Amino acid sequence: MAFLDRTARSLMLSELVSGLGLTLSYFFRPKVTINYPYEKGPISPRFKGEHALRRYPNGEERCIACKLCEAICPAQAITIEAEPRDDGSRRTTRYDIDMTKCIYCGLCEEACPVDAIVEGPNFEFATETREELFYNKEKLLANGDRWEPELARRLELDAPYR
Amino acid sequence: MIDFLLNTDTGRVILTVIEALALIVPLLIGVAYLTYAERKVLAAMQLRKGPNVVGPFGLFQPFADALKMMTKETVLPSGANRVLFILAPMITFTLAVLAWAVIPVSDGWAIADINVGILYLFAISSLGVYGIIIAGWASNSKYAFLGAMRSAAQMVSYEVSMGFVLVTVMLCTGSLNLTEIVRAQTHMWYCIPLFPMFIVFFISTLAETNRSPFDIPEGESEIVAGFFVEYSSMSFALFFLGEYANMILMSALTTILFLGGWLAPFNLEPFTWIPGVFWFVGKVCLCLFVFLWVRATFPRYRYDQLMRLGWKVFLPLSLLWLVITAGALIAFGWLPNA
Repeated sequence: MAFLDRTARSLMLSELVSGLGLTLSYFFRPKVTINYPYEKGPISPRFKGEHALRRYPNGEERCIACKLCEAICPAQAITIEAEPRDDGSRRTTRYDIDMTKCIYCGLCEEACPVDAIVEGPNFEFATETREELFYNKEKLLANGDRWEPELARRLELDAPYR
Repeated sequence: MIDFLLNTDTGRVILTVIEALALIVPLLIGVAYLTYAERKVLAAMQLRKGPNVVGPFGLFQPFADALKMMTKETVLPSGANRVLFILAPMITFTLAVLAWAVIPVSDGWAIADINVGILYLFAISSLGVYGIIIAGWASNSKYAFLGAMRSAAQMVSYEVSMGFVLVTVMLCTGSLNLTEIVRAQTHMWYCIPLFPMFIVFFISTLAETNRSPFDIPEGESEIVAGFFVEYSSMSFALFFLGEYANMILMSALTTILFLGGWLAPFNLEPFTWIPGVFWFVGKVCLCLFVFLWVRATFPRYRYDQLMRLGWKVFLPLSLLWLVITAGALIAFGWLPNA
């Protein structure tokens, strides 16, 4: 009986046919491809993308040159030099992030006590030369100014979990 | 002018050239769009869209591919036999196109309506093995050689069972002429009485053209690209085109032998208004869709399982059915030309 059953299945190619039926049913289902760059996938508020240096609402830069981010960076991508500013406050003169060394782990954002350095949602910052990817302080601050509303919203959304 | 073309020798030669072009140019366009169709169908069965950027719905993708292949550098491996290396893809492609001389696309439309059409086709497909062996040998690479040996053995093994299926069809028809075979199916297509043979033939054509699930010789993940691993640019393109032209040829053969060639499904009025060419092309497209469908569905056969299938399953089965068919034909007196 079992012999007849197996023989019938193998001669009628029943598993092959049911497999073909499954594939055909997939042929008619809606496809999951999205039409990048006109459509994009959803991104979490914790997404770790391009870096930015933030400011306080009154315009003062947040970074106080504590160098915690430089110390914790696993790839040693951050370089900081600090000096007292003319009004006596502790600020950086040099804050470079080498985006080609950076591994986008987010540890610098976690380490920063004043939420100065953050990773934004942007991942589309490809350049045509390597030199453009060696971000300096001005570039990072400019990023911060450009993306501030988005960055503030992300921090607000993620704050309960930090 | 018509008089010139039909009655003088030079006229007939020119006419044959025109007929050949009228067959080959659509065939090549068909081959190009078959590559596109393969990508789209495979993608659809994998829940993704295929190429859809190059033209509207990606329809210019084959031209982009052709351009890419033409502009790449043709690499000639240093230890390779130069003459044979260049010759192999030419042989493969030429044979794939050559076999189309006898295929009747519609009633009386075969370029060469010879009375041994099936024998000619069988001979051409056997010669196709040469192209592959020469390619593997001339590449001077272990993987290429291994792939070529496997592919040659596979093609030869499945040709045996294909041969017996062809004999079965020939018994039912009483002629080796392809046009006759189609005409003999006016009452009933051969896929109904000879259904097991239809399945065996179809699977053998999959193995003959090195298509999934029998594509170990050119498996992309196992043996890189098997016998054409050392080829690039135009030579690769010729192999590629040759393989797809072979696929279309095998589909055409399947439709002629089993699906009634250019005949409409039912001999009723609405169906017979559509010319035979369209039925032929439609059936070939259906066969090709099943080729692609099978590729999307099944995993690859291991080489020893493949050989076992060819010799221990298909050969006895086709022999058995041949004997049954011959017996039935004689017992009921259905022999053609009796």
